[in-house]
Amino acid sequence: MRIALPSLVAGTLFGAGLALGGMTDPARVRGFLDLFGDWDPTLAFVMGGAVIVMAIVWRIVPRMAAPLFEEKFHFPTRDDLDSRLIGGAALFGIGWGIAGLCPGPGIAALVIAPWSAAVFVLALLAGMTIIRLFEGEGR
Amino acid sequence: MMLPGFPDAAPLAGLAGGALIGLAAAVMLLGLGRIAGVSGLAARAVGIGGSGIARNGAWMFVLGLPLGALLVVLLSGGIEAHFADPLTLGVAGLLVGIGTRLGSGCTSGHGVCGVSRLSPRSLVATITFMAAGIATVAIMNAMGLEVLK
Repeated sequence: MRIALPSLVAGTLFGAGLALGGMTDPARVRGFLDLFGDWDPTLAFVMGGAVIVMAIVWRIVPRMAAPLFEEKFHFPTRDDLDSRLIGGAALFGIGWGIAGLCPGPGIAALVIAPWSAAVFVLALLAGMTIIRLFEGEGR
Repeated sequence: MMLPGFPDAAPLAGLAGGALIGLAAAVMLLGLGRIAGVSGLAARAVGIGGSGIARNGAWMFVLGLPLGALLVVLLSGGIEAHFADPLTLGVAGLLVGIGTRLGSGCTSGHGVCGVSRLSPRSLVATITFMAAGIATVAIMNAMGLEVLK
């Protein structure tokens, strides 16, 4: 419960934010990526709103000895740039552009367009599994 | 509110939605000490890697996503959405799945949590996937490919 409840609250807030911000509509997302055509800046406001809140939150973290419900903070410490990061982000961006969906909105849209979202989410998990099979348990 | 020059944009709903996403990420970080990265949490939930959070926590977060969207649908009386055909969704989903695992994150982990922390890896990943997405849409439009119904 100590972990499950905050996680459920966070997921629910996240899904509500995606839907409210229009991100569960692939047309909005592709509209944002259509920079050289009929550009829709809405996604920039969504990302801006989230980044502003989180920029404040990152200032709070160093003042806390530990998170509220866990023993310590776990965040990424790597700061090196490699071709895996850039290649992966590029493949992700291509898939994102093709259908206008990334993982969060894809999962949230299961209640908006169940069949379409389910196809996307199953393919997403299949893609993740392919990497897992190639690289083994190590990563 | 309308944005001058962009009659279809929804800046206020976007900002409010973004603030909720930021709040969600704040709960994960200040409450559990974890990054709210959806691809990592989804992978963790189904047991194919991802973040180190307890698996029930990952499941709860993932289940919350459609639950939160459902609340907005019920309160707003319906949401407009246009999706691609199943083949397109399948191809896109595969690329997104492969890309997020290789690139260690997606729009939430890199784009929101990492960018707000000025993480060099997240800044580079975000610029890369934005550029790739913009190029993909531009090329598809130039080829006359209309995928959304």
